[in-house]
Amino acid sequence: MVTITIDGKQIKTEEGQNVLQVALDNGINIPHLCYHENLSFYGGCRLCLVEVTKANRTRLTASCTYPALEGITVETNTENVKKARRLVMEMILPMAPDSPKLQALASELGITEPRFHYEDPDGCINCGLCVRACEELVSANAITLANRGDTRSIEPPFQEEPLACIGCAACLYVCPTDCIKMEEKGNERRIVRWERKLEMKTCANCKRHFMPLAQIEFAMHKVREPLDAGWFDNCPDCR
Amino acid sequence: MDTRQIDTVIEKYGANPSETIGILMDVQEKESYLPKEVLEHISNKLGVPVTHLYRIATFYEALSLKPTGRHQIHVCMGTACHVRGAQKILDKLERDLGIKAGETTPDLEIGLKTVNCVGACALGPLAVLDGEYHGSINTTKANKLLKKLGRKVEETEETETE
Repeated sequence: MVTITIDGKQIKTEEGQNVLQVALDNGINIPHLCYHENLSFYGGCRLCLVEVTKANRTRLTASCTYPALEGITVETNTENVKKARRLVMEMILPMAPDSPKLQALASELGITEPRFHYEDPDGCINCGLCVRACEELVSANAITLANRGDTRSIEPPFQEEPLACIGCAACLYVCPTDCIKMEEKGNERRIVRWERKLEMKTCANCKRHFMPLAQIEFAMHKVREPLDAGWFDNCPDCR
Repeated sequence: MDTRQIDTVIEKYGANPSETIGILMDVQEKESYLPKEVLEHISNKLGVPVTHLYRIATFYEALSLKPTGRHQIHVCMGTACHVRGAQKILDKLERDLGIKAGETTPDLEIGLKTVNCVGACALGPLAVLDGEYHGSINTTKANKLLKKLGRKVEETEETETE
């Protein structure tokens, strides 16, 4: 067990956690965009900046990647922190100006008109949540971060339809700006951003199109105990 | 590209996924770029998802997914070269080769790239042809380079830049 102080509150916590996790578990809100409790730490959005004091030295650092070490003091809302966060938000918001979640976070930070602008923002802030979800949770490895610097983007390999994508929609579930869209028409599902088209399984009973065939095949390979051959003939409601 | 050649490279590195960059660079040396099929083959051999290889191949300047040409011209655009007129040299090469920096001529002979400093500022402006440094380059010297590569050039009046 280690003891850390966040905003004057002494907290005892397990070793091996990061500051952001500890803060969130104890009801202290730190804004964040690229952190998800079930995914690896990335430290990409820099919105969760806090001031950490360790051995009389204070510095600004991303709380999602900073370990909760014995005796550190964390300030989550000082003027310094707010100023740094505002700058970060001013750079992120223009990438997804239409995202309600970002707009709310920005107005909380007191930003009305960001000083930066991008041409043709597509709503993606390169937080990498979709990539990590696809890789770590689903292990389909359909999309990836590509390029570097200002051309950094998230895309399927070779910018082609990602045949490894099983259409599970985990990426659009974790996306903080909702820039990944899904369309369903008849028995076809389309993940718009990756230009992935998938045929859906039709429930033998209620005729609902409930799951992409690719996802069923993937699930059959993943499960430890073999499933009955007819397990996916019916949708979960009719099973 | 012969898959046996690729396999030889992979075996040299003991098929170790943590040697991915070395493997990609060695494979690229044989073909001048990394075609999609090659990345997919390496992905199978190493047991690494092709997304990881794509991420690495697009991140590093030394790796290319497009054919890069038999000859490489790198024009230095660092500060010292820039103030001595590197942009004019680049403009000329782009015009004569009919390509933009970062592209390759359609016959896959010459690739043109910019670099941001090659550490030879005293020689600026500078172009590097296949690893060979050509210092204090001007449009006349650029013409010579292109002629050496068997290219037609547009003769222009040389204006001295001091």
